Amino acid sequence: MNTIDYFKERFDQLKSLNGNTALNDIRKEAFNNFSIAGIPSVKHEEWKYTRIGAAFNAAYEFPITRQPAELDASGLDAVRLPEHKNANELVFVNGKFSPAHSVIRSPELIAIPLEEAANDDQYRSIVSAHLGHSAKYLKDGINALNTAFILGGIFIHVKKGKTVDHPIYIYNIADARSVNVLAQPRTLAYIGENAEAEIVETYVTLGGGESFTNQVIEIVVEKDARLSYYKIQNDSNHANQVSATHIRQIGKSYVHTATVSLGGAMVRNNLNIVLEADGCEAHLYGLYFQEGNTHVDNHTLVDNIKPNCLSNELYKGILNDHSSGVFNGKIYVQPNAQKTNAYQSNKNVLLSDTASMNTKPQLEIFADDVKCSHGCTIGRLNEEGLFYLQSRGISIEKARSLLLQAYAMDILEQIRLAPIRGYIEGLISERLALI
Amino acid sequence: MLTIQDLHAGVEGKEILKGINLDIKPGEVHAIMGPNGSGKSTLASVLAGRQDFTVTRGSVEFMGKNLLELSPEARAGEGIFLAFQYPVEIPGLSTINFVKASVNEVRKYRGEPPLDAVEFLKLMKEKMALVNIDQSLLRRSLNEGFSGGEKKRNEVFQMAMLKPRLAILDETDSGLDIDAIRIVANGVNALRSKDNAVLAVTHYQRLLDYIVPDFVHVLYNGRIVKTGPKELALELEERGYDFIKNEINVGEEV
Repeated sequence: MNTIDYFKERFDQLKSLNGNTALNDIRKEAFNNFSIAGIPSVKHEEWKYTRIGAAFNAAYEFPITRQPAELDASGLDAVRLPEHKNANELVFVNGKFSPAHSVIRSPELIAIPLEEAANDDQYRSIVSAHLGHSAKYLKDGINALNTAFILGGIFIHVKKGKTVDHPIYIYNIADARSVNVLAQPRTLAYIGENAEAEIVETYVTLGGGESFTNQVIEIVVEKDARLSYYKIQNDSNHANQVSATHIRQIGKSYVHTATVSLGGAMVRNNLNIVLEADGCEAHLYGLYFQEGNTHVDNHTLVDNIKPNCLSNELYKGILNDHSSGVFNGKIYVQPNAQKTNAYQSNKNVLLSDTASMNTKPQLEIFADDVKCSHGCTIGRLNEEGLFYLQSRGISIEKARSLLLQAYAMDILEQIRLAPIRGYIEGLISERLALI
Repeated sequence: MLTIQDLHAGVEGKEILKGINLDIKPGEVHAIMGPNGSGKSTLASVLAGRQDFTVTRGSVEFMGKNLLELSPEARAGEGIFLAFQYPVEIPGLSTINFVKASVNEVRKYRGEPPLDAVEFLKLMKEKMALVNIDQSLLRRSLNEGFSGGEKKRNEVFQMAMLKPRLAILDETDSGLDIDAIRIVANGVNALRSKDNAVLAVTHYQRLLDYIVPDFVHVLYNGRIVKTGPKELALELEERGYDFIKNEINVGEEV
């Protein structure tokens, strides 16, 4: 199919949809951009090693409606994270927020349809100031495609001085039990001054169909606010995903992120952290463990705009079989951002001769009084360590498993929600048992 | 217990061991001494099963089994223990978890049930005292950031936990001050019995003040060129290795 014609048709449908018009301008501009840029090909510098065009050859269901698809309880139960009864649960089905399936347990948490927020006197200015800000950094057709079709998104708000006492689980479900699904979930979150929230996102494709999830979440973090953000990707091998997380720290604030990618045919993550206030702190951790023919691509970007900010980044990968990985870490230090401390490291272990990894640090520094470091490694499992464990009677299989668990440990330690950490450790143990 | 006959081994086509013969019986302590590059550590590594070395000729029999056919982990199960010259640092793997895995894998090999948490803790406390090691050290990542002395005490602690039949000490004294050597040696001595043996590879005599050998072998250029009682070690210390080299060079072509 000609993707641009296909989406043009859908966009005309969207324009004729009755009701809310508050987001029309941003959609229209984004659709224009998409029409020019199209789906990024490998000729695009940022997409050199990740091919997503082919995934768009599948015929996807992409209905133009605000209504989420029906989902039975068993479908939802299959995707729930541990201790969900102590969590707020926000559910997207095929890219549309489903209030019926969502459960808000914390009174401090406000979660309403994005279009409603755009029309609300209290939130209108926040939405217009921040929705679509990611496009300044993600200048490609895939980000524009999400924005062009914003429909059924969600607005999350934590009010000034409030701590959300339960974590916020966001389930991105693609129901591909009878059809192939294109889902484009969209979230704008605003963490108010001196507020605190923990967000956990996960992605699940139900059934045997193909899915393509093109997600954008934009989060604004106010002065003295604290945000923890965990992304867990363990989707099936017929699920493709482009997931953009764009975080603006507009006041002196603290952000802690961990991205764990264990599954999915093709996963591309964009994590942007924009440090827009003096003295911000951001931590970016990542762990990926790929097997089969899967592909994972982590593009991260830290933009130091104001002085005295600290960012610390560590991504670690394990690649087996024919899997492939990409890491691209950008750090910008703008002329104003003196006394920036920015650290970055990417480490990889290849378990087979056919696995591959492309890693690239990219530092652009325009201030002169800064501390920045970066480093990347690609290697095999430590042979000397293996022999040490074997010489103590530990079988080679178990030795490998212990060494890989140890290798992942410094990322797992950064997952501070105990049930989520336990869940991920369980997934990793299961995988190690099969190696 | 251990019979080595005409053992030749090397790495990437370069022969390092050129015909080793050695017989160790239960209850004995053997010391292997020799100048740098003589093949001492290679011998220790080959016995423990390090894959970097290829055995090209000869045989090694341990407790009636062909040792060279066994994987490193099976050798540990049979009762071989190598105390490493450079213990490996493994960030992210706690020493306790490592030792627990090790003890239970060896027990499994020997057909014994795994220790439960209480039994393990009891055994651990007992052996910790032996080498004066603190539990807080064992909670840390394996060898990561340990001092030289702590690493070597940790090796002897592991040895104590595994109760090997043959303990091979590879330059265990290197980098240790005299107090640390004493602690390590006391740990080794406490484990000695009529049923097990020690093979101590060392460059210097000083370890042998504390772990007193029944036999001292001098390894030179891949062969054992001289064997004697414990006094030989003192003679080497006093006269250096040159006198051995001279003796050899006069006697035969090397």
